Amino acid sequence: MDLKEWFASRKKQREAEEVKLPLATDEYCALWKQCFQCRELLYTSQLRENLHVCPKCQYHFRIGAMERLEQLIDHGTFHELDANLESADPLNFVDTDSYVKRQVEASRKSGLTEAVITGEGDIEGEKACVGVMDFGHFGGSMGSVVGEKVARITEYATEKKLPLILISSSGGARMQEGIFSLMQLAKTSSVLKSFSDSGGMYISILTEPTFGGVTASFAMLGDIIIAERGARIGFAGRRVIEQTIRQKLPADFQTAEYLLKHGQVDMVVERAEMKKKLAFIIRFHSGSKSKPQSAPPRPKAATR
Amino acid sequence: MTEKKPIPLEFEKPLELLAQQIDALEKQIGEHPELENDIDRLKEQYEQLRRSLYSNLSASDHLAIARHAQRPYTRDYFDRWDPNWVELHGDRKGMDDAAMVTGLVHMGDFKVIAVGTQKGRSLRDKQQCNFGMPQPEGYRKALRLFKHAEKFGLPVVTLIDTPGAYPGMAAEEHNQAEAIAVNLFELAGLKVPVIAIVTGEGGSGGALAVGVANRIMMLEHSVYSVISPEGCASILWRSADKDKDAARAMKITAREILELGVIDEVIAEPLGGAHHDYDVAAANLKKAIIKQLEKLMAMSGDAVRADRQKKFREIGAFHEATA
Repeated sequence: MDLKEWFASRKKQREAEEVKLPLATDEYCALWKQCFQCRELLYTSQLRENLHVCPKCQYHFRIGAMERLEQLIDHGTFHELDANLESADPLNFVDTDSYVKRQVEASRKSGLTEAVITGEGDIEGEKACVGVMDFGHFGGSMGSVVGEKVARITEYATEKKLPLILISSSGGARMQEGIFSLMQLAKTSSVLKSFSDSGGMYISILTEPTFGGVTASFAMLGDIIIAERGARIGFAGRRVIEQTIRQKLPADFQTAEYLLKHGQVDMVVERAEMKKKLAFIIRFHSGSKSKPQSAPPRPKAATR
Repeated sequence: MTEKKPIPLEFEKPLELLAQQIDALEKQIGEHPELENDIDRLKEQYEQLRRSLYSNLSASDHLAIARHAQRPYTRDYFDRWDPNWVELHGDRKGMDDAAMVTGLVHMGDFKVIAVGTQKGRSLRDKQQCNFGMPQPEGYRKALRLFKHAEKFGLPVVTLIDTPGAYPGMAAEEHNQAEAIAVNLFELAGLKVPVIAIVTGEGGSGGALAVGVANRIMMLEHSVYSVISPEGCASILWRSADKDKDAARAMKITAREILELGVIDEVIAEPLGGAHHDYDVAAANLKKAIIKQLEKLMAMSGDAVRADRQKKFREIGAFHEATA
């Protein structure tokens, strides 16, 4: 190989590498990640330490159910429930591929059996029942198993008289289960009604993205509804609306901040603040019958 | 009977051709009396074809009948059940959604709060009713009537015929997801009987928002689905013209949903569909509703509520591994 050839091959190699660079996703690069918003290259380990929030522009990356639990639940206190529920295929559904195959594929990608993990755990020492959805598993879609697990954790919370926290992230109902998936909206709402009537407190957390059937059922039924910063939340998808009304929607349409402006959520919270906020809300409502717990002395009104 | 002759659907074309032939022959019968035998044979064929056609309908044929432009709508049924029914308007918060009709209706010996989604008949009506797609205000209007029913111990009857909630900007700003969710939540807790009938299209959350009932029934040719077949096809098949495949795969017809155990009864329609005879369709509905009301009205409020909650609690198909 002469020198010219060596330079040429090196140039080729570099070009190949350069093409790969913008694809800094998990599959291509475990060490680096690129921020979707400000394009900054970030160390994965640093990003993880920063709760998957870009330190430069505060962009909140999507995170899975496991990471969410790690961030919110006191270490070692989480106890999973109903992990043995798995989807059936009641319609023998086949589109371009069969539902059964798609389930296997979804589990391989996400490492989960279903799109929600439910259980009991402590938040700053406060006991709570928690359900966390994972968009990475089948688009976080709600089929019979998601509906059943949400219903069961709600019933468990009713029985144990514990606060309930459901963290949503979903594309909507799971079409492959047809009418069964639609009926999960009614099932989860119905169980929440009993929970609410028994005096239970339910905090709904909406994370990127929460749409369709999940928004139109348990996600919007919280006593307190919190949206995570930057999350997109709505019923109909942006594209569907744009096609229907034939006009462009504002850039911030269906963002957490937009929802706050339109009175649909109680607050928008940053990921780093979430655990603290949750613990505060749980403590505020626990014991209820607002006893004045040695209220701090009020500054006396100045008299003149 | 409908005022106008039913417009034939695509799959009914062979039947229509045969009918035209019979008509043509009948016109000549004065000059050629020997044609009478042929005509009789053709008429027999016609009846046979008609029967076999309507007993072998595909999911998309049912969908076409459910969406037929002449299909009776909610107001047609209310008018036939009780010509003197009184409409109640408005959500009390700023809007009266024409796509959601509510009123006080006598049904036999029962007095019911009737609620239903309404598609429009004329173009003007259709626009006013937003083609049967309620705004969040429509669902809140229905909710007001549900609470009214509970206060006065009256049963609720809902008719469902809607493509779904409206994907519009204002609807999102006014939080239609919450409007639907709250209806599901409150209907689940109602202490008066609720009966829901899908009379045409049962379109997803927008339909369910008035569909959490003790008894769910569907007219023979109506459909009920989590997403429209067109929507499903464009997402899963990435092509909207696979809608027939999607309609089949999702099992949207009344019979299939009955087999899945989600609904309680399929109500027969006049041969060819409800649009062939409004009066018969309305009478069939009324009979089925009254039969259910007789049972449900004998139950206590708590029992009615528990019955409804149990019904929905049990819907779902999954495996539970015994570890």
